[in-house]
Amino acid sequence: MVAGVDLPAVLGQVLVGLSRAMILFIVSAGLTLILGVLRVPNVFHGSLYMLGAFVAWTVAEAVGAHPAGLWLALAAAPLVTAAVGLVLERLLLSRLYHREHLMLILFTFGVMLILNDAVKLLWGPTYRSLVPPPSLQGAVTVLGVALPTFNLVLLAAGPLVGLGLWLFTHRTRAGRVARAAATDRDMVAVLGVDVNRVFGMAFALGCFLAGLGGALVAPTTSIMLGMDHSLLIDSFLIVIVGGLGNLWGALAGSLLFGVTQSVGLLVWPQFAVAFPYAVTAAVLLVRPTGLLRSAW
Amino acid sequence: MSGRILLGLALAALAAAPAILPPFFLYLLALVLVTGLLATSLNLVLGYGGLYQFHHGVFYGIGAYTAAVGITRLGWPVWLAFLSGPLAAGVAGLVIGFFCVRLSRLYFGMLQLSLGSFVWIVALRWYPVTGGDNGIHGIPLPPVLQTLPGAYALVAGGVAASLGALWAVVRSPFGLTLQAIRDNPQRSEVMGVDVRIHQLAAIVLAAFFAGVAGVLYVALERSVFPSMLFWVLSLEILVMCLLGGWFTFSGPLVGAAVVVGLRTLLGRHTEYWTLALGMLLILLIFFLPEGIMGHLQQRWTAHRTPSARPATAGNVRG
Repeated sequence: MVAGVDLPAVLGQVLVGLSRAMILFIVSAGLTLILGVLRVPNVFHGSLYMLGAFVAWTVAEAVGAHPAGLWLALAAAPLVTAAVGLVLERLLLSRLYHREHLMLILFTFGVMLILNDAVKLLWGPTYRSLVPPPSLQGAVTVLGVALPTFNLVLLAAGPLVGLGLWLFTHRTRAGRVARAAATDRDMVAVLGVDVNRVFGMAFALGCFLAGLGGALVAPTTSIMLGMDHSLLIDSFLIVIVGGLGNLWGALAGSLLFGVTQSVGLLVWPQFAVAFPYAVTAAVLLVRPTGLLRSAW
Repeated sequence: MSGRILLGLALAALAAAPAILPPFFLYLLALVLVTGLLATSLNLVLGYGGLYQFHHGVFYGIGAYTAAVGITRLGWPVWLAFLSGPLAAGVAGLVIGFFCVRLSRLYFGMLQLSLGSFVWIVALRWYPVTGGDNGIHGIPLPPVLQTLPGAYALVAGGVAASLGALWAVVRSPFGLTLQAIRDNPQRSEVMGVDVRIHQLAAIVLAAFFAGVAGVLYVALERSVFPSMLFWVLSLEILVMCLLGGWFTFSGPLVGAAVVVGLRTLLGRHTEYWTLALGMLLILLIFFLPEGIMGHLQQRWTAHRTPSARPATAGNVRG
């Protein structure tokens, strides 16, 4: 790569990597919220991402050619996944909080197995694709590099979600209570706050973000069974590398993941997908609890 | 005493199986034995060591791939390849474990997961050596291993010997120290135990026997593929330990029998067998948190001795 560096190619890969990083960020922000507030390693987070993509496809398909279809799909999918998450949390997960992490991991793994088969039952094993409205098709030229137009939506969505989450956790009472509960849930309960409601809300919000990530990725890729697999591990590693429960850590980890992988494609295409795992391992060796301060 | 009788009966049943069972069930039994050894090896680290080894499948895959690559690409004799599999897995355990034991619980698991995922990608992408996502099929083995009874004999013998060795390990002073560390690392440290060395040794031993399981899988199936290294398989191994009871020695074997049996028998009728596994898992977590063997053991010993559960079995988190 040193000999004959193709600057536009590098820049293009960085931009593509950034848009991928924004998807990773939105999904991992949900995961890190759930980890930070509820201390639940949610293995079915990836399944909700996949479910979000399929729901978005169904809504867009039902609306048809109208340009509003995509926006309706982007709104509906996260609401569905948030509802699924809320029901599971209230009915089952909330009864397991006192058990060890391994039990929570296995419970959420069980839900993952069920959800994935449910998606297979509902949509079947065939590939789907969601075509964005004409205004978002094609490519735009950014800094002399052709970038798919829809990637602009992704590049805007990441910072918006980050900002929204920051405003929620730092500027609203509910968010402050959630942060306090993350640090010391017993103390918050003693102060007369209904911690259960906070937990349910935080979990639903995390699941909302998983669905939003899935809906946002839907127009850029084929929607299929198994699309949750690598994403789940990636977002777990991102959350760990960033510092458990740390929103900005999730952003840092996502950027690290998205950009090392896409730039890696220029360096060593065959093994580019392995780059993020190597980087994660390296970071954890130097900073065993992640880049930024963990909520744990 | 009754334990010895049970063991003798089990060994006799294993020896008699080829004469009694139809080929499909003999094959299924061999698969259960291999998977059971894999789960039991994980449980040395998980149940006895208290470490969350999320990606145990990596050692299984390394063992199997080393044997397969040795035979097909390097032209090694089969016995040498079969010997090198567990050794390579043990070395991988040493390297991965060396880094992981510095971290606590969930971080330990996550670093292990990321290193394991790295190995998975290598297997998936290193086409000339690993065959990429196709894996390696039709590995040439001696004629005797190409018959089901021959492969079964090697699998049953290898698994029985390995389980015997693992049983000796957990009953040895080393195994007891490991359990003491699991129950109270601080107190063990104060008593002069080198916690990390013991944990690392457990990881290396577990990796070695996972490598044995990998090699036996090659003997049974004559193929390897990247999904042996995929994290979903590793979570399934964890499920087996929990399902059977991760604070008992025989639990993982029982859990492996349930999962493999369910997959094979349900899988013939429906493609939605994981739905059944997921529901079983959730029911178990709610109603039988000790696992099948853990529950039985508690019922058997309840009237004689106090519970054999470690002090940390209930509520410890973090």
